[in-house]
Amino acid sequence: MALLWIPLLSLIGSLVTSMLGHLSRNKLTAVALSMPIIALVLSANLATDVFDGQVVRYSLDWIPALGVELSFRFDGLALLFVFLILGIGCLILFYARYYLSQQDSMAKLYCYLLLFMTAMLGIVLSNNVVQLWVFWELTSVSSFLLISYWNHKSEARNGARMALAITGGGGLALLAGLLLIGNIVGSYNLDVILQNRELIQEHHLYEVVLVLVLLGAFTKSAQFPFHFWLPHAMAAPTPVSAYLHSATMVKAGIFLLARFYPALAGTELWFILVGLTGLITLLIGAYVALFKHDLKGLLAFSTISHLGLITLLLGLDTELATVAAVFHIVNHATFKASLFMATGIIDHETGTRDMRKLNGMWQFMPYTATLAMVAAAAMAGVPLLNGFLSKEMFFAETLHQQLLGSMSWLIPVLATIAGAFSVAYSARFIHDVFFNGQPIDLPKEPHEAPRYMRVPIEILVALCLLVGMFPNLIVDDILQVASSSVLGGNAPEFHVAIWHGFNLPLLMSALAVCGGLVIYTQRKYLFQFQASLPPVNAKYMFETFIYGLMDWSREKINAIENGSLQRYLLLMFLVVLLAAGWPLFEMHQLVGNKQPTEIDIHVGIGAALLMVGALGTVIWHRQRIVSLILISIVGLMVSVAFTRFSAPDLALTQLTVEVVTVVLLMLALFFLPQTTPKESSSLRVLRDLFIASSIGVVVGSICYALVTRPLSSISDFFVANAKTGGGGTNVVNVILVDFRGFDTLGEITVLGIAALGIFKLLINLPLFMPSCDGEGRPWAKERYPLLLATISQALLPLALLVSVYIFLRGHNLPGGGFIAGLVTAIAFILQYIAHGSKWISERFTANYRKIIASGIAIAMATGLGSWFFGRPFLTSWFDYFDLPLVGQIELASAMLFDLGVYITVVGATMMILASLGKLTTQAITKGKEA
Amino acid sequence: MELLYSSSVGLLVACGVFLILRARTFPVVLGLTMLSYAVNLMLFASGRLSLNQAVVLGTREAYADPLPQALVLTAIVIGFAMTAFVVILAIRARADLGNDHVNGIVPTPKPTKKGRKS
Repeated sequence: MALLWIPLLSLIGSLVTSMLGHLSRNKLTAVALSMPIIALVLSANLATDVFDGQVVRYSLDWIPALGVELSFRFDGLALLFVFLILGIGCLILFYARYYLSQQDSMAKLYCYLLLFMTAMLGIVLSNNVVQLWVFWELTSVSSFLLISYWNHKSEARNGARMALAITGGGGLALLAGLLLIGNIVGSYNLDVILQNRELIQEHHLYEVVLVLVLLGAFTKSAQFPFHFWLPHAMAAPTPVSAYLHSATMVKAGIFLLARFYPALAGTELWFILVGLTGLITLLIGAYVALFKHDLKGLLAFSTISHLGLITLLLGLDTELATVAAVFHIVNHATFKASLFMATGIIDHETGTRDMRKLNGMWQFMPYTATLAMVAAAAMAGVPLLNGFLSKEMFFAETLHQQLLGSMSWLIPVLATIAGAFSVAYSARFIHDVFFNGQPIDLPKEPHEAPRYMRVPIEILVALCLLVGMFPNLIVDDILQVASSSVLGGNAPEFHVAIWHGFNLPLLMSALAVCGGLVIYTQRKYLFQFQASLPPVNAKYMFETFIYGLMDWSREKINAIENGSLQRYLLLMFLVVLLAAGWPLFEMHQLVGNKQPTEIDIHVGIGAALLMVGALGTVIWHRQRIVSLILISIVGLMVSVAFTRFSAPDLALTQLTVEVVTVVLLMLALFFLPQTTPKESSSLRVLRDLFIASSIGVVVGSICYALVTRPLSSISDFFVANAKTGGGGTNVVNVILVDFRGFDTLGEITVLGIAALGIFKLLINLPLFMPSCDGEGRPWAKERYPLLLATISQALLPLALLVSVYIFLRGHNLPGGGFIAGLVTAIAFILQYIAHGSKWISERFTANYRKIIASGIAIAMATGLGSWFFGRPFLTSWFDYFDLPLVGQIELASAMLFDLGVYITVVGATMMILASLGKLTTQAITKGKEA
Repeated sequence: MELLYSSSVGLLVACGVFLILRARTFPVVLGLTMLSYAVNLMLFASGRLSLNQAVVLGTREAYADPLPQALVLTAIVIGFAMTAFVVILAIRARADLGNDHVNGIVPTPKPTKKGRKS
């Protein structure tokens, strides 16, 4: 349980600080610091178990049915990283208090930093790889937010975007890799994965998995060729650079390599890919760092180089190399974070980070200078400092590898060269900034930093010294547990010591220091040489690539989406034709073995009328009124067909819908032109005829194949249970309101949404005001014929009575909410037609939106009601009662549900037709005025 | 009977598709309506064709398949809602764009072919 609190506390801190922007800076800092400090205490408490060799686990069910759980795991490696993240995190939070100027929002920075801390803790503690990936992406996102903290600066925005593109892209590759691993092993649990090394490595997809996971790790840890985002991320405030881009986030990639070391490492491919990438990154970073004039640029490339060093160590096939890698993770974090913070102070107090201007700072800030010099010496690998120890181990391990076969001797040589460059840029950092004459043209008068701003650096530098001088006392235990969890078992025997006697690694160190000093003193020539090389602008290349990609995509999209609906529909129909037609050719026989039924005369006449109607609609489709009349014949015949083929409910529904549809289309024609111009060329008509008839043939054939085959249906269940379970004899209605009530609820909701959408579309409609019909005749003056008005008024109560009757009998005989609703709506619409909407609104004021909402609410409430009786949603209930005079009646909750359906259908239909109808009245009135 | 039924469905589909491929909104709406008739008939037919077997319990010996009927019933109502939505969209498009061409732009009309517009 305590384990869960470690990431949770920093998450809470993130939320809390985001809301406390009004507090004073000191109070806000205290709040922000309190969370990681408590987390640190908690993890120190858990650490005793880990030092005893246990792994602490905690898991919480999330979606048990899918095997998804929130699962944490605290082992040696996690312990090391948790201390690193929380410890350095606290120092950074404290430092940021003094770094930010009054204009910058402290709450925003703390919120993002703590969010990032949560994400990092999540990565190192996850026991489920998918969960790990989620936190992994969260670091990319929070890092994006942090880099773009000063979002008014374009370089901050660009740098943030680039970092997100690279690390986010790598994250996607990682996800693919993790999913593959999960697939191979059969579990996403890290414990299981780490125990199945053979299974993964012998799988034929191992190479793919490895490359994908490494892509994730290398992009995050800024390994060549993905290193270029890191220098651009330096647009972030310096505390962010110190925390994310030296101590933690870039180490997430390294962490990933170490985490999966037991499962993925050990093959030749691993050593080649990891080792060589590390080596190249080490060299490039060390070389380029020397030429950077910006202090943070120098540190960024130095970070790249050190990350390369750690990667290379993980790619060397010896156990001690892994120990050295773990050791260097800690050492690099301490000296690099303190160097970044010192840079922040220099920037803060002088207003620049340009080493060509910064000179002789020793005289202004001797105290900061001392701290920075010790840290830089650790970076260079000077004895008695922590950097020396791990670099010495690194040199020693380069001598014990076989990475390049017979050319393996190259690696120690190249390592020494990289070491020399590292000494050279460290020397430049010290000499150029603190000595080397007087400052040139500084924006500010330099002076020493505030007392407390130096405290975090003091702590880290003290650690550099202590580890460097008493390594056995401080780091042995933690290195032991961390490296044993990387190696998946027991760590080798090792002793970190300052003095191993005169040996080859010591000679390499000495050569590196001397070489580095020589390079630094002769740097003038190197700078001249470097200036003569053609410039490589990674940012420019990256942006060219991105813009090229965008242009390419746009071109392709424009080619497909040209805005022509006709073309989209044509393409869709062609796809339908192919997809539906193809399987027909693979079928042996179209006709099935069901006994065919005889054609009788009624069906024959009906079908003939239907065909005539359909063909007529097509032939006269440019005469809109004519085609409307013809298509209504088709609709009528469809409802006759439903009657004939034993579906009375459908027939009633189709009939009523037909009426409202025709009314709707008549209204629509008022606003649309009365005729269709002849536009399609004959060729196009021919093409469309061909496509249409092909699809018709295909669909007709499928339909024929379907109806001539015997039926096996699940409907027997409904027929058997309608009366006993649903209390109704009309099975279709019982299915609608009971068995599949949830479907119906969804459908009336869709109906309501469509009606609301129409309502919205009709608001502020710029009206066309036709003053005459298509033939040029003006509208009749007598708009509401007396005969119709009189009859319709008399019909209204009758029609309502019929609809109530249809509604009530629906559960047992054809009818129900849908049909009754439509009948009611038609009765009302008739009133509108006969009297006009003004006449109606004087007598009947109803808000159709509220009607729709109440209908859906009733249906919903009926469903929810069953919860009160401890039953699942939409469980129905019914019983029989004896009433005096009436006799036995049945009451069912399904009826209430059907009432909801009824009300929604009335509301939606009325809303659609009445709002459109009202517009025609307005248009005619306006037209007359005009 | 099955053959006649299927060919009617096929014809409706063909007419519907042809109308949907027209250039003005009203024929397209008609085409959609026609196509939804065809689709409803076809879905209905998945319960097979049966005469005099309405699914009202206690009235018949054998019953037609009620499930496709229930599905088609809601499909009819929703089909109406969608038709209505498309119709209103067409009206709105005409009002906003000034023409009733489905692409929103009348393709450079040749003077001789220009139809009467209100």
